[in-house]
Amino acid sequence: MTATTPERGLPAHLVDFVQALRRHHVDVGPGETVDAAAVMAEIDLLRREQLREGLAAALLRRSGQRQTFDALFELWWPLGQGAALGEVALPYSEDGSVDVDALRDLLAELLVDGDTAALSELARAVVDGLGALGAGRGPGSGGSGGEGRDGQGGPPSGFSSYQALNSVKPETLLARVLAELRTRRQADAADSPFAEEVARRETRARIAEFRRMVQGETTRRGSEIRGREAAARTGVRRQAEQTDFLSAGADTLADLRRRVAPLGRHLATRLAARRRRAHRGPIDMRRTLRRSMSTGGVPVNLVHRRPRPGRPELVLLCDVSGSVAGFSHFTMMLVQALREQFSRIRIFCFVDGCVEVTDLFTPGADLAGILTEVHSRRGLVAWSGHSDYGRAFERFADRWPDAVTDRSSLLVLGDARTNHQDPGLGVLGAVVARARHAHWLNPEPQRQWGTGDSAAIEYGRVMPMHECRTAAQLAGVVGGLLPV
Amino acid sequence: MGSDATGRTTFFDSVDDVLARLGEVGYLASTAVATTVFLADRLGKPLLVEGPAGVGKTELARAVAEATHAGLVRLQCYEGIDEARALYEWNHAKQLLRIQASQGQDWDATRDDVFSEEFLLTRPLLTAIRRDEPTVLLVDETDKADVEVEGLLLEVLGDFQVTVPELGTITATQRPFTLLTSNATRELSEALKRRCLFLHLDFPDAELERRIVASRVPQLGEALAEELVRIIGVLRGLDLRKAPSVSETIDWARTLVALGLDTLDDDAVRRSLGVVLKHRADLVKASSELRLN
Repeated sequence: MTATTPERGLPAHLVDFVQALRRHHVDVGPGETVDAAAVMAEIDLLRREQLREGLAAALLRRSGQRQTFDALFELWWPLGQGAALGEVALPYSEDGSVDVDALRDLLAELLVDGDTAALSELARAVVDGLGALGAGRGPGSGGSGGEGRDGQGGPPSGFSSYQALNSVKPETLLARVLAELRTRRQADAADSPFAEEVARRETRARIAEFRRMVQGETTRRGSEIRGREAAARTGVRRQAEQTDFLSAGADTLADLRRRVAPLGRHLATRLAARRRRAHRGPIDMRRTLRRSMSTGGVPVNLVHRRPRPGRPELVLLCDVSGSVAGFSHFTMMLVQALREQFSRIRIFCFVDGCVEVTDLFTPGADLAGILTEVHSRRGLVAWSGHSDYGRAFERFADRWPDAVTDRSSLLVLGDARTNHQDPGLGVLGAVVARARHAHWLNPEPQRQWGTGDSAAIEYGRVMPMHECRTAAQLAGVVGGLLPV
Repeated sequence: MGSDATGRTTFFDSVDDVLARLGEVGYLASTAVATTVFLADRLGKPLLVEGPAGVGKTELARAVAEATHAGLVRLQCYEGIDEARALYEWNHAKQLLRIQASQGQDWDATRDDVFSEEFLLTRPLLTAIRRDEPTVLLVDETDKADVEVEGLLLEVLGDFQVTVPELGTITATQRPFTLLTSNATRELSEALKRRCLFLHLDFPDAELERRIVASRVPQLGEALAEELVRIIGVLRGLDLRKAPSVSETIDWARTLVALGLDTLDDDAVRRSLGVVLKHRADLVKASSELRLN
């Protein structure tokens, strides 16, 4: 399909693409690859968007993978070779250099109109004209189409979105675009802060979109020079699991993930099995009648309906302060695994304040991103930024009194180091008393419990505490938790 | 209606055909939706549609059925659904009556008699497999069902056949076009996902959403519809508990028509925002962040 793959054919190219996905930790099995090939046989390959959607349908299994897929798709099935310019051309001044002021005028105009197609064409032109690095850089190196570049110097040694965006500075257009929108609006409606705010946010989103377009185009052009593989390594954002939170090597993390993921399901089935044999439900007429057939239709043995396997409710309270930073990724991984198994789960994070972060854990979400997001939530840090369990529990009990009920299991993840503050045993005790089960997972070795500012011993009296430093220990804890 | 290499009848000829025919029955599809529907039809694989509530997952199945004049068989999943509700069960009461009515008859004859079609209650999955006419099978909210039901679905959707011990194996004469929906409250098992094509149905882009509003609520003016979609887009950018989806956009458009409003000024938004945002916290947040107060 592209200049670099002719002799090996389309199937080989598809396999290449699949391998690139796997390198970015999108698990694609051979079955899916075969599906993808079947898709390519059915679809009109000249319709790029259809090919993209078709391959995504066959290869992806969760929504969080789409971003990686799109980035790699752009590299393996590029829009075209070279500048691939559309109808929107860069304005040039008389001396042959790009007229940045006129360009900014043009960009402002497109932002006001919100014309996405034209914006993406402009992004391509901007990268071509302003983003080129090295030999080919110079007045009109992009020209309008291919001829300009051939005439001047050599080809560029690379492309830089930083350089391109730095000369256009799209952010600084915000005020201008807003002013323009305001005059348009005033023609037919009274001005209002609400309309202003909507316009501001919309424009900001469009500018961010334009930046993304420029960055995407830079990656595409760069890949032609450096090769796809190199571009994929640096240009495609990594998926969650391999971002290094801490010193653990990639292999360790992968191993950790393999071990943690099944634990969520394990815990879920344990909880379900426990409830199923809990107690009898009302009489099941159907099954009673069926059994009565052996006694000639006289219902001798009554059959009770099995209690509905209600869903387990899980409440997680996670310490994310600095002292447990190394444990955090571990916590997040476990939380993510649990999130995928439980539909009724609420996740709270605390330092010395407490926030609910259930919404962040969507399937396939980026764990590193989640952690950053958690830390930027208002209310997580109330005072000093050092963990204060007492205050955090108090706030939790105050703000979400209904979170823990007699149907929920409570899991606390943290090192129980209170910085010599009040451990808040009373508040925690009340919460634990309400919960059906409560367990504390502590990442510190047991012999250090109770030393220094650790309140582990005291907490251990309120709820069972388990040492949980490695994946193996965690497996043991989950296996032993909630015996069937 | 054409047929594929194996002689199975297919519904659609091309992606554009899907777009056009779904459009005729009032479902405006994106390229992603049209492509995956076309492929699911051509490859004979179930289509798993995942996405937030209210983006038209269930509606898609209805539209496909209507566009292809196929019958829609729907299995609504819920907590605790089991084989007897999803697949089939024997009509015990009727079987009892039959046995009692035939007092004194030969046992073999009675046994053969009570385990016959007459006493079989077919549930959605078996119904869909036994139908001779073109069929769209919708398994709604698959994530609400328990893990054991996924095993059942695997068996049925893998080969499109069901074994009833007393009757033998029933194989689909016409593979139904199968659509599974999920709100992703829990991850479905890898095995089930592998059998399906996957479609993540997200909020449509502004252009498509404008067209949807225009087709569903034509009474709303074009300018107003555009304004509405813009505001919805901004609301989705806020960090809300439940971002408004397409169904809320349409509800809002209908509300504006019902209230007889022809401009979306602050007051109109303030009065009707409750239609779009269903959580009180979201309302408060949106009002303060968008300076509605």
